[in-house]
Amino acid sequence: MRMFLFAKRNTKEILRDPINLFFGLGFPLVLLVLLSVINANIPAEANNPMFEINNLAPGLAMFGTAFMALFAGMLIAKDRTTSFLTRLFASPMKSSDFLLGYTMPLIIISAAQATITFIASLICGLHITAYILLAIFISTITSLFFIGLGLLSGTLFSDKAVGGICGALVTNLAGWLSGVFIPLDLIGGGFKTFCKVFPFYHSVEAIKSALVGDFAGIFPHLGVTLAYSLVIFVVAIFIFKQKMRGKE
Amino acid sequence: MILNAIVTTNLTKRYDNLVAVDNLNLSVKHGELFSLLGVNGAGKTTAIKMLSCLLRPTAGDATLLGDSITEKPQEVKQKINISPQETAVAGNLTVIENLELIASLYGQTKESARQSALDMAVHFGLENMLKKKTKLLSGGMQRRLSIAMALITNPQILFLDEPTLGLDVLARRELWASIRALKGKVTIILTTHYLEEAEALSDRVGIMAKGKLMAVGTVSELTNQTGTTNLEDAFIVLNGGAL
Repeated sequence: MRMFLFAKRNTKEILRDPINLFFGLGFPLVLLVLLSVINANIPAEANNPMFEINNLAPGLAMFGTAFMALFAGMLIAKDRTTSFLTRLFASPMKSSDFLLGYTMPLIIISAAQATITFIASLICGLHITAYILLAIFISTITSLFFIGLGLLSGTLFSDKAVGGICGALVTNLAGWLSGVFIPLDLIGGGFKTFCKVFPFYHSVEAIKSALVGDFAGIFPHLGVTLAYSLVIFVVAIFIFKQKMRGKE
Repeated sequence: MILNAIVTTNLTKRYDNLVAVDNLNLSVKHGELFSLLGVNGAGKTTAIKMLSCLLRPTAGDATLLGDSITEKPQEVKQKINISPQETAVAGNLTVIENLELIASLYGQTKESARQSALDMAVHFGLENMLKKKTKLLSGGMQRRLSIAMALITNPQILFLDEPTLGLDVLARRELWASIRALKGKVTIILTTHYLEEAEALSDRVGIMAKGKLMAVGTVSELTNQTGTTNLEDAFIVLNGGAL
């Protein structure tokens, strides 16, 4: 019960911030339109399909959920710096109420954001299939990595630092190392190998596979992202619980 | 009925080589307003954090209304509330949403939380701004809301950590009146840097320095003990300062 009350509060806190709405929902749509226009102007002989809608939609679905790290991190960091969290720590709420109360709204917002991205992609030429629902589901699962990263950053850092880490660093890494903005297949070599170390590339590949109904292609990549998510959640939960007990 | 609302026994908090609170032994009666005074770093906030189960003691214990803070923190948390040093409100929620949230988190039903929120809003003069986002309120109004959020759960013990910090004179006096109205009904532990505030509100005062409780008593007892004429002079003497 307390968990749902807290989740409701967190949902309101996030959605009532116009900056969140712009970066979370508007920015991926702006990129979708912009990159679709660029794609229309790439000559066929360039042989670069990276901005084709079948590749672009999964990429932007992943990139959009990168903002969950910023939302989660800023919310928790502000709750800490304003002592709102101190007030709640003194209440009968348990650690599970806090962690699920922070996580649940972001999972729902991720699902909503991925849905909006794919609907906009339909307008930009994506063929409508039932696999779009699967792609939305996989996008939501891959967002857990960013939500966990936000929980961890918000627990450790100030809201200003979270803005830099989750708002600038993580979103840029997610964009550049996933192949959303640069053609990893054309670059290849060491750089592509380097990108494969991180979960961003694997998240996009899992969503791409889901979009074409390639189940065998989903799980190896999803496994990498989930492993990262698990580690980051375990660390975030451990540190959050330490903070709850007053340990610095 | 237990005579004392709060009893601490050798309550201690250490951080590596720093002793933030050193063997605090203190009793506070039911309905008493007890002020904890001290310079920055004296250990007031650490003491309050331990008593409100936010910080686990390194040694010693305290019982609040008969329950130990180390053995039964969940039971203690049901009976207390805190208004932290910062205003501690949810900025994008409205005044009534903040009040209802806290009431509901302590187990009130939706209807009861709504009624409690309206009652508190009237009591603290917030009834005309129920639908206003709290980040748009003035500092004084945010402070009022913060204390209303602490009181909406009907706590038997209330911790007020620097409740008037940063307020102008008028807002401070208004808040004093609200705090005075609680005397005798709720046991209050107040920390403040404003000595005139402690003098105006407290039944008894405790003065801390370097983690230790240096003296406890009414304002007149402390001035008699130090041979001074007011609380400020007594405070300076007990902190080893020169008059």
